[in-house]
Amino acid sequence: MRTSDALFRTTVTAVAALIPLILLALLAFLVHDSWPALRFNGFHFLTRNAWNLGNQYGDPVTVHGELVMPGASFAILFLIVGTLASSLIALLLAVPLGIGAAVFLAEAVPPRIRTYASLLVELLASVPSVVFGLWGYVLLIPLLARHVYPHLAHWFGFIPFFGAPSGSGYGLLTAGIVLALMCVPLIAANLREAIESTPQALREAGLAVGATRFEVVRKIVLPRLRLPLIGVSTLALGRALGETMAVLMISGNALNILPQNVYSPISTMASFMVSQLDSALQDPTNMAVHSISEIGLALLLLSLVVNAMARLLVPRDLGA
Amino acid sequence: MSALPDALAKARALATERRLRTRALSSWIGWAASALAFGLLALALLDILYVVFRRGFSALNWQLFVTPTSGTAGGLLNAIEGSALLTFGALLLAVPVGVLGGIFVSEFNRDPFARTVRFVADVLVGVPSIVFGLFGYLTMVTTLDWHFSLAAGCITLAMMIAPYILRTTELAMRGVPAELREAGYALGASQANLVARVLLRECAPRVLTGILLAMAISMGETAPLIYTVNWSNYYWSGHLTHEPVAYLTYVIWSFINEPFTAAHALAYAAALLITLFVLAITLLARLSINRLAVRRAP
Repeated sequence: MRTSDALFRTTVTAVAALIPLILLALLAFLVHDSWPALRFNGFHFLTRNAWNLGNQYGDPVTVHGELVMPGASFAILFLIVGTLASSLIALLLAVPLGIGAAVFLAEAVPPRIRTYASLLVELLASVPSVVFGLWGYVLLIPLLARHVYPHLAHWFGFIPFFGAPSGSGYGLLTAGIVLALMCVPLIAANLREAIESTPQALREAGLAVGATRFEVVRKIVLPRLRLPLIGVSTLALGRALGETMAVLMISGNALNILPQNVYSPISTMASFMVSQLDSALQDPTNMAVHSISEIGLALLLLSLVVNAMARLLVPRDLGA
Repeated sequence: MSALPDALAKARALATERRLRTRALSSWIGWAASALAFGLLALALLDILYVVFRRGFSALNWQLFVTPTSGTAGGLLNAIEGSALLTFGALLLAVPVGVLGGIFVSEFNRDPFARTVRFVADVLVGVPSIVFGLFGYLTMVTTLDWHFSLAAGCITLAMMIAPYILRTTELAMRGVPAELREAGYALGASQANLVARVLLRECAPRVLTGILLAMAISMGETAPLIYTVNWSNYYWSGHLTHEPVAYLTYVIWSFINEPFTAAHALAYAAALLITLFVLAITLLARLSINRLAVRRAP
């Protein structure tokens, strides 16, 4: 091997090594900084609804070897429920919408204008989270609260969790709808490419035995794409779990309560981390900040598991 | 004698016709449903743009571009400056790492370490931005004692977008035909020379597309910056650390919750500017550069 080749290889390897280093640093610092909280909160962190900074005017007390304000407790079951519920609603809406849009774009739109029609869906992915939040705040919430949710509660109240009270518009279903819009382009774009790359011979075989064009799509093209669809949906789930600003602006930021129905206010792990930063900084014992770090650590681990699963399910190059 | 088979045949024909009609109908419903899905998504995008453009344009005035914010009123020049600085700084740090890393992963793809790097980059692309923000806060803002600052924000954003640039660069490099590599080596080119003079030049439009999309991502970010940059009513004073800076996305989130019309106008104007920037960059990346790449192909 030539010296220049060796030098080249060493350089690019060293630079690329920064990427795993970022992941290791994230894990190391988050574990390090949430350690006092892990000790103080214990396992109940995940199983109770009790986020309470304690008496900020009292004298700090020592609990489990950690200095905290009197009465302080940090537990985030309501955040876990809010995060999972809003992401699942998002996925339930985004998967059918994504399949529909992908089928329409790949099979019904003439190739000449397909690029431009696809942009109408794919540009949704580039709209910043905070702009989605703004749109939800000024347009979607008044619309849903006045004209949609009361009727939904009235006519579909027999479905569990859909009954009255229909709430203020800030809540679980609104967050799910906006999250669905944010992660649907990922599903639609990848599925459209997969549909387009289905061998033409398969379609012709289907048409030859008398299937309609839609039956070809439904019974020949789509069943082959089940695995990619699962993979890209998992990827979309990962996006929804960690979405912060839009959820912060439209979810109602519930504290310590579990949602009673789909209209109830919620909070998610990511949005709670932003909404609570200012008050956590007031805690003189720092336990509130350590507990926020613990939320961050839980969120990091959750997203690592979901994303790793998505990548292992689908070895192809999705999402980039 | 033949009455029974006749009736049977007629019934069968009728059933076939009915079945065909049902199938045609269900196909029609299927197309309608998929058109509806597409229509809903397109409507959502157009409505977002309509709301942002209508309210944003009516809030625009010359003062926004020449004065800084004061409290929840004033202009947006400090925020425009801050957003530009943060994005520029993040790209300055992330582009070399992402592009060189992408070259490593694509050119040494048999190396197990390259596979590890690719997998980790994929996973990092999916890590929520707020987690990067928290990391920046714990390390740079507090432990290193930089306080809320431009440097902390740039490094945090760079950590987020470097894996993304790595992956887009890798995909671009892998799109270059193998013949070009073989021809280069046959002529005795060193690997560094081949990559710099042939491969990168060949896939430059696609690498640039990835960088532009990463730029759009970092411009639109808010959550990690709340944790690392905070907010300031002043222009940047030239200090990398120990001084917060302003940025546009903060204005949208924070000022829309104020009870004043002037604050709302600033939020809409900021949303308009950010959306225009991000859309322009994305459209440039998607349309013109793709076309450039097609035109270059023989």
